[in-house]
Amino acid sequence: MTLRATSPAFKENVREALSDVQLQKALGGGLGFTEQRRRAAEKLPEFEALRDSARDIKNHTLAHLDLYLEAYEERVVATGGQVHYAVDAEAARTIILDICRTAAAKTVTKGKTMIAEEIGLNDFLEQNGVVPVETDLGEYIIQIRHETPSHIIAPAIHLNKEQVEEDFRRVHTHLPPDRNLSEPATLLAEARAILREKFLAADVGITGANFLVAETGSSIIVTNEGNGDLTQTLPKIHIVLATIEKLVPTLEDAAQLLRVLARSATGQEMAVYTTLSTGPRRPDDPDGPAQYHVVILDNGRSAMLGGEFQDMLRCIRCGACMNHCPVFNAIGGHAYGWVYPGPMGAVLTPSLIGVDQAGHLPNASTFCGRCEEVCPVRIPLPRMMRSWREREFERHLSPATVRSGLAVWAFFAKRPRLYGLATGIAARALSLAGIFTGRLRWLPLASGWTRYRDFPVPQGATFQSQWKRRKR
Amino acid sequence: MTARDTILASIRRALGVTGREAPRRQAVADRLKEHPRGVVPARGQLPQPERLALFRAMVEAAAGTVEDVRADDVPGAVARFLRAHNLPMAIRRGADPRLAALPWDRERTLAVTTGASRGGDLAAISHAFGAAAESGTLMLTSGADNPTTLNFLPDTHVVVVAAADVAGDYETLWQRLRERLGAAVPRNVNLITGPSRSADIAQTLILGAHGPRRLHVLVVGGH
Repeated sequence: MTLRATSPAFKENVREALSDVQLQKALGGGLGFTEQRRRAAEKLPEFEALRDSARDIKNHTLAHLDLYLEAYEERVVATGGQVHYAVDAEAARTIILDICRTAAAKTVTKGKTMIAEEIGLNDFLEQNGVVPVETDLGEYIIQIRHETPSHIIAPAIHLNKEQVEEDFRRVHTHLPPDRNLSEPATLLAEARAILREKFLAADVGITGANFLVAETGSSIIVTNEGNGDLTQTLPKIHIVLATIEKLVPTLEDAAQLLRVLARSATGQEMAVYTTLSTGPRRPDDPDGPAQYHVVILDNGRSAMLGGEFQDMLRCIRCGACMNHCPVFNAIGGHAYGWVYPGPMGAVLTPSLIGVDQAGHLPNASTFCGRCEEVCPVRIPLPRMMRSWREREFERHLSPATVRSGLAVWAFFAKRPRLYGLATGIAARALSLAGIFTGRLRWLPLASGWTRYRDFPVPQGATFQSQWKRRKR
Repeated sequence: MTARDTILASIRRALGVTGREAPRRQAVADRLKEHPRGVVPARGQLPQPERLALFRAMVEAAAGTVEDVRADDVPGAVARFLRAHNLPMAIRRGADPRLAALPWDRERTLAVTTGASRGGDLAAISHAFGAAAESGTLMLTSGADNPTTLNFLPDTHVVVVAAADVAGDYETLWQRLRERLGAAVPRNVNLITGPSRSADIAQTLILGAHGPRRLHVLVVGGH
């Protein structure tokens, strides 16, 4: 079992998202990340070569994943850490709870980890008497709202500052009600003060990992706030929750990936904090956790190896694909209905929870191709979304209207003369129907389109007849 | 079968391998031993004067501040920085011999405490292991010399780095780490690029999220 998905209700989710005034306000300005990414990429002449290098490192690692996993484990153990393996979400949750129980933990601070979202860790810990506290500012905000992240690196991007102010007033009731919270800076200061206490009081700190380095047995986290570092440095126990594809062979390989990660994500040259953690505190260390655990989760990923979706395991979770996606920018992340939104989610989610659950997601694409253009590890996201559409069709999961529509289209497409004739007639009929206005307000069988916008009438001859003429 | 065996078996089944293939094992052993460098940006391979200039520029681009000082003027620079920001004249440091040897007594009004932080300190000073000019990134290593808590709990973090330790790229730093520490990798290696920040509320970038609001770098021996 994993986090419950609302992906099957994608269409309803989208309808809600499009009519959600607050959400549209938050998304309205567009995501500043895209412009920043472009500038960062332009400033580094080697950026494209680094993307190739990053892709190749991930491919090499995935092809030798069993061996790198063994090498990594050996180094973690040699440096005094413990490695736990979890086949699925339930196993991972149980391992983490057991570690918390050995420490009689009351509160657990958490750095940002999408894997913890994937396994529904917070609810589980809470049900078992351990209080999880999210410490990334965005994660903290959505935790007090009982929501899930809407973006993998900017979890609260769907909210505006008035909503955050309202939540802080609702939850931080011990503070004077007349305090000024009108600016993001004052909101941040309040969260910082509250979370500082939590950091110092926590018994266990849980973080994810951006990379696991086989050479040294290190986990690497990349953050801007420093919350991940306080999470893993102050409590007695540090638990790293990571999935198998986070492995990289060496520190040099990690450097290649780090050079493309922050630039692709936020347009920074480097995130503020990139931290390597190796084992528990050493005998002479004045700080750091006494225990260092790594929980390595599979949860369906090993089954993606060797198949047509293996490339998806190269993903380093920068979020560039969703930042650049016109669909994501219109509907936000929650509509996708599970942990991973945007193009990477549209490919990964069906792999992890099944195409029967998430078949709508790969259909939510215009195939504009921007996601692949900006992916730091060059994942062919459009091709893989197309593969999912094919599988969905083969398994008769697509709706009857789509199937019969495709059958009609296929009938004509296989008969080129007939196709040319039919589209020619249709084009002429449509331009006649809209001869005065140049657009149509209603069209049979296309009310899904015309309900929201007019249909522009065809201008002149069909593409195929123009093609024919120009070739001559 | 343990979960470990299940996962390894599942990976091997999917890849169509047994894990015993000599060429695969060799490829992995070679890469781990040789740790080949990939693409290193040209800007990370500049000679010394340009490299330091790039380092300073990149620290500032990441919202940090940077100053060139003589080693014996570090306490003075710390006092000036604290005063300029209206901060209490107190700073915490670790046991690093390079910091311990500084003439702190010249700054009579500056209270210097030592050891890890428990959260009550407003300012701390650390000595960096090195730095990478390509992105203005400092590298700090954990231990009694420079406790990790000093990097994150105080509001103001002053970091001393020797000009000779400012490398061009990350790869050079990894190599120095291997040469100086061998297998004894410290618990934490912190790569720090500017002060803490967050843009999680309404995409507005604010400095000082959970870590320091100010990062001041003192480059020693760069004159």
